Amino acid sequence: MAVALPLVLLVLLLSGRVGGGHAEPPRDSLREELVITPLPSGDVAATFQFRTRWDSELQREEVSHYRLFPKALGQLISRYSLRELHLSFTQGFWRTRYWGPPFLQAPSGAELWVWFQDTVTDVDTSWKELSNVLSGIFCASLNFIDSTNTVTPTASFKPLGLANGTDHDFLRYAVLPREVVCTENLTPWKKLLPCSSKAGLSMLLKADRLFHTSYHSQAVHIRPVCGNARCTSISWELRQTLSVVFDAFVTGQGKKDWSLFRMFSRTLTEPCPLASESRVYVDITGYNQDNETLEVNPRPTTTYQDVILGARKTYAVYDLLDTAVINNSRNLNVQLKWKSPPENGYVHYQPAQDRLQPHLLEMLIQLPANSATKVSIQFERALLKWTEYTPDPNHGFYVSPSVISALVPSTVAAKPVDWEESPLFKSLYPVSDSSSYFVRLYTEPLLVSLPTPDFSMPYNAICLTCTVVAVCYGSFYNLLTRTFHIEEPSTGGLAKRLANLIRRARGVPPL
Amino acid sequence: MVAACFLRKGSTALAGLLLLSFGSLAASQIEDQTEQFFRSGHTNNWAVLVCTSRFWFNYRHVANTLSVYRSVKRLGIPDSHIVLMLADDMACNPRNPKPATVFSHKNMELNVYGDDVEVDYRSYEVTVENFLRVLTGRIPPSTPRSKRLLSDDRSNILIYMTGHGGNGFLKFQDSEEITNIELADAFEQMWQKRRYNELLFIIDTCQGASMYERFYSPNIMALASSQVGEDSLSHQPDPAIGVHLMDRYTFYVLEFLEEINPASQTNMNDLFQVCPKSLCVSTPGHRTDLFQRDPKNVLITDFFGSVRKVEITTETIRLQPDLEIMESRYKKEWMDEELMEPLKYAEQLPVAQIIHQKPKLKDWHPPGGFILGLWALIIMVFFKTYGIKHMKFIF
Repeated sequence: MAVALPLVLLVLLLSGRVGGGHAEPPRDSLREELVITPLPSGDVAATFQFRTRWDSELQREEVSHYRLFPKALGQLISRYSLRELHLSFTQGFWRTRYWGPPFLQAPSGAELWVWFQDTVTDVDTSWKELSNVLSGIFCASLNFIDSTNTVTPTASFKPLGLANGTDHDFLRYAVLPREVVCTENLTPWKKLLPCSSKAGLSMLLKADRLFHTSYHSQAVHIRPVCGNARCTSISWELRQTLSVVFDAFVTGQGKKDWSLFRMFSRTLTEPCPLASESRVYVDITGYNQDNETLEVNPRPTTTYQDVILGARKTYAVYDLLDTAVINNSRNLNVQLKWKSPPENGYVHYQPAQDRLQPHLLEMLIQLPANSATKVSIQFERALLKWTEYTPDPNHGFYVSPSVISALVPSTVAAKPVDWEESPLFKSLYPVSDSSSYFVRLYTEPLLVSLPTPDFSMPYNAICLTCTVVAVCYGSFYNLLTRTFHIEEPSTGGLAKRLANLIRRARGVPPL
Repeated sequence: MVAACFLRKGSTALAGLLLLSFGSLAASQIEDQTEQFFRSGHTNNWAVLVCTSRFWFNYRHVANTLSVYRSVKRLGIPDSHIVLMLADDMACNPRNPKPATVFSHKNMELNVYGDDVEVDYRSYEVTVENFLRVLTGRIPPSTPRSKRLLSDDRSNILIYMTGHGGNGFLKFQDSEEITNIELADAFEQMWQKRRYNELLFIIDTCQGASMYERFYSPNIMALASSQVGEDSLSHQPDPAIGVHLMDRYTFYVLEFLEEINPASQTNMNDLFQVCPKSLCVSTPGHRTDLFQRDPKNVLITDFFGSVRKVEITTETIRLQPDLEIMESRYKKEWMDEELMEPLKYAEQLPVAQIIHQKPKLKDWHPPGGFILGLWALIIMVFFKTYGIKHMKFIF
């Protein structure tokens, strides 16, 4: 007993040492990032990216130990021998003209494109099974993907990851434009994240705010990337991206102050403990201009400058793993304020009242130099009453010309006007400021052709109607109201009696 | 003597007391046993919730289904055991003034869509064929698990259907309908394949009682919101959303279910009383003749809640991975990978390569039966007309 005890202790110590040995560095890592971009139209775009990188050979052996990389996707890669998978769900359309170029755009609806490994023998069967499995994972109708909406592109959609050969036979692409994105697609997407929606940037992902947007796109991208600097090993990269564009008018009543709280109805309280990097980038490219319109609060400690999509951009960086930015007593609520630009305009509009007063629009605009400004008004043409037409309505109706009154800066300083001494052509307008001169210009009047009714129509209609009525109704009336009786032929007049006399004289029978 | 007498009396009293207590114990045991006999013998719960209507003005049908989904989830049935079929998307519909929400009470009091919803069949997938396949289990092999009803003979299944219906049929998405005979046959298939222990069928449509008239399989209890010849009416519109939010019957069923918790002992008789004619305007009906137990012994949680087998153990379980095996595996992998030559990324738009690639010819298959036959016919006619002597010029 006494001997057994120290023996047991010894065994325990040994096992304890092996058990408590130095842990292997984890083979997967998570980086999360949020980029907030104020758009030229006053809206704001937020792009989340969650990247899990896993140094593992999923092809070669059965992996059963999943840590950060979600098991559902890892099993897909090994089961269907995938090389790359790109799946996106989008609602809305990225308006490049108003918002600028996107980081990553996706088509409306659901898009799935997949590169299979060279070892796959029947790509079409694998593709069909894969789309069915994905429809179960993401609660979407991806099972409607079949040969009628699948193509094999030959020129584009090259692999985005490592590739040692690009035989397009192993590529399949399908789009389902009718697919709706809603909370039931966001929920499984969030569950694939290592921190789910409990900590870090994923805490901001609340469905009722994310779907109240002009553009919502969530995507999953899986591809092999270089595992080390010399690119001799493969690691698998899973990127989950989510882009939303918050509409200034819908969510903000037109004000252009943005903050994380206003966008997502919550603030960041803690970083994801499983993330090795967790950052928020705010695009402050418009910050250091002359009129200083954009202000970011709290002041960023670092900035990042680079050439993105062909333009030089500056970003304010907030590192969530830095305790100065977030700690137990401080939340992070990034606020973007637009300093009010100088009062630039005056607009007066008086709408027309039918047959009472015309439209009146007055605008005071400051025109930027070396530019062309176009002002246009839409109007509708309405039908007039028939007595309001002029005798020549096909000529059209005139719209009075517009007036531009401008104060034009002059390059040469003018002398003040002496009303009596200077010639008459100089004293047309009083000059108060020698640096600019006043001018009033007019545009051409507008001749608008209105739809003209055919004025002869009432006469034609009356004639036709009366004829029809007279012919049809009149005939019926006669048939119904006239009585007919047979008439005996008359016995003869004077001429007949004379004729009968002459015939009797001749001996011929009478008439 | 007196003392002995007392003692004997005391002992008899004691014996009597003991006997009494034993008797009462035995009686309570017998009561327990009889109660066990009347208790349902199910081991798992499933729910199939179907909304069959499309278009924005049928918002209330989606809200009906989602409120039952919410109650069923709250009472314990997990998403993996619920098959939710919604024929249209109301939450993210462009006409919804509050996206990602579906409300059941006006003034937006209760959002039944929630943050954690999993819709298994949506939009065009809600068809009569898919519904019957889910019930009978005859699904194509590539269907994912979340879309299957994997019930067995110890499963209690709740089936809830709502939409527009008539005397003997229920309309699916305005383009097809399911008749009460088809439904009854589907349930009979389920019974023959032992796919349910007990089944509760609830339907909230116009003339809903006609849908359960034809059932003939055992262990089915059915509830409907209106009798044949009556319409089921909607509850209240919301002026901000612009449509009616719920149907009356399901609204009162939801209010009733909100009072239930997983441990409550409320039975089916209370559910039958849920919406009297004064509140519902239509007369809800129910059918229990095929059901073997007495409805007053059937708990609400037998169908709306979930049975979960919980085993409590006091031994400690180590969660540490076995590091020895992992270490050796990692070392092997590191060695293998270092031998490969460096890889590179593909060029995204290699213009020269694209221009000069030859389009892949599809594999040539010899012409099939019909074309072959047609050509044979043409050649035969040619030679019959012009004679065999031309053959030597061809071959």
